[in-house]
Amino acid sequence: MKPAIPLLQVKDLAKFYGNRVGCEQVSFNLYPGEVLCVAGESGSGKSTLLNTLAFHQRPDAGSIRYDLREEGVTDLATLPDARLRELWRTDWGFVRQNPADGLRMRVSAGANIGERLMAVGDRHYGDIRGVAKDWLQRVEIDETRLDDAPSSFSGGMRQRLQIARNLVTEPRLVFMDEPTAGLDVSVQARFLDLLRRLVAELRIAVILVTHDLAVARLLAHRLIVMRHGRIVETGLTDQLLDDPQHPYTQLLVSSVLNA
Amino acid sequence: MHEPTLLSVRHLGKHFTLHTQGGTTMPVLDEISFEVARGECLVLDGPSGAGKSTLLRCLYGNYLASSGEIQVREAGGLMRIDVAQATPQQIIELRRTTISYVSQFLRVIPRVSAIDIVAEPLQALGRDAGAARDKAAVLLARLNLPERLWHLPPATFSGGEQQRVNVARGFIAEKPIMLLDEPTASLDAANRAVVVAMIREACLRGAAVVGIFHDAEVRDAVATRRLPLSPIVAEQLAA
Ligand SMILES: Nc1ncnc2c1ncn2[C@@H]1O[C@H](COP(=O)(O)OP(=O)(O)O)[C@@H](O)[C@H]1O
Ligand SMILES: [Mg+2]
Repeated sequence: MKPAIPLLQVKDLAKFYGNRVGCEQVSFNLYPGEVLCVAGESGSGKSTLLNTLAFHQRPDAGSIRYDLREEGVTDLATLPDARLRELWRTDWGFVRQNPADGLRMRVSAGANIGERLMAVGDRHYGDIRGVAKDWLQRVEIDETRLDDAPSSFSGGMRQRLQIARNLVTEPRLVFMDEPTAGLDVSVQARFLDLLRRLVAELRIAVILVTHDLAVARLLAHRLIVMRHGRIVETGLTDQLLDDPQHPYTQLLVSSVLNA
Repeated sequence: MHEPTLLSVRHLGKHFTLHTQGGTTMPVLDEISFEVARGECLVLDGPSGAGKSTLLRCLYGNYLASSGEIQVREAGGLMRIDVAQATPQQIIELRRTTISYVSQFLRVIPRVSAIDIVAEPLQALGRDAGAARDKAAVLLARLNLPERLWHLPPATFSGGEQQRVNVARGFIAEKPIMLLDEPTASLDAANRAVVVAMIREACLRGAAVVGIFHDAEVRDAVATRRLPLSPIVAEQLAA
């Protein structure tokens, strides 16, 4: 077993809203290619944690260290804003619950995918079009829709386009906030299957927030259960779901069918 | 652990604390110790509720051991890993390389065909997709799963059909340690015989098998050794 360097190292992270706790005392390591789900009820601090991890908001305490492609392990608090923006556009992705927050709804699907490619310096028009077409196909959207804006797409297609937009730069870490919550059950399976395949194929590390334990069961290697802004239990996904130790996790697991 | 010993369990204990039921503690396994060597098939005996499935799940890292050790020799290496103490990453790696588990019921993955479900453990070891599918087809044919089902997701299959997919998936990668929880429970006599033959072949190639079998005939056909388990009763607790 080859000991890998963690891609992300989180230590004693906290975020407060005034005197309200968003999240606190959060520590974990994430390894390359690992899919980690953060589960918990709404209001438990999942999205706060995700946005803080992605440095969209500054933590009030604790540290986040990331293994940058060039510099190696770096405390994100020391990273200049320009480098942080570059990280967001290239080596990281962020998939939103509502596709309208993660896509540009009025520009073409091709441009939505191409935008991040340009950020990594791929300026050749034909190449970008070609790559965008290829990615539409990979997320099962007909390539004839390349020049259509996502405002004309169904919910499932929009969410798949968001995946293409984020994965096109082959990021090593992608954050996802309830990506299936807005989808009809009938299109969820397709989305999840696609996500599962792409993430495994590209060996992308993912931190995915969900309240749906079945989603966690399907996608995650490891699971974190949160309550009141804190981690109550963490472990191997099937172990945590089949043999939960903490009273709150037992309650959560026993209150859903077929998790 | 001696060289041929692949699995060594010492003083294993497992209890469940049911917080949703007033914090009741339910002891299931107490002071279980045994070893399994290459080529052995250890059959777990005992009535329903004795903790047979719980034991297998502990060995697979699916249930957390409450006490004791579960030493496993990693495939191809000299490393021993204690499943009871291992990190999630180590358990995932052990499952990829060393331990396979055939559960009683198949957990289906939406949209994934039977043949791909079977091929997956081999692909995870780096075998290319074509070769893995070819071997999956051989196994499914041997288990008499009708060919028209191979490319369908097993969600709509009968219990017996799903179980054969599960068995094929558990055997395809020829792992050194194989855990089998009633793999023949919903099979007819002909397919039961196929599974018995497959278990024997696994032992011949040097696998260590730990199994639970409802059917006495299957037990007798595969067991090289038995481990009796009995439910922990109240008097034992009081003692
Ligand atoms: N995840 C679990 N949570 C709580 N109790 C469990 C769990 N799994 C098994 N048990 C209990 O452990 C005992 C042994 O069950 P099991 O291992 O399935 O026995 P067997 O396979 O011998 O029939 C039973 O009382 C069962 O209810
Ligand atoms: Mg059982």
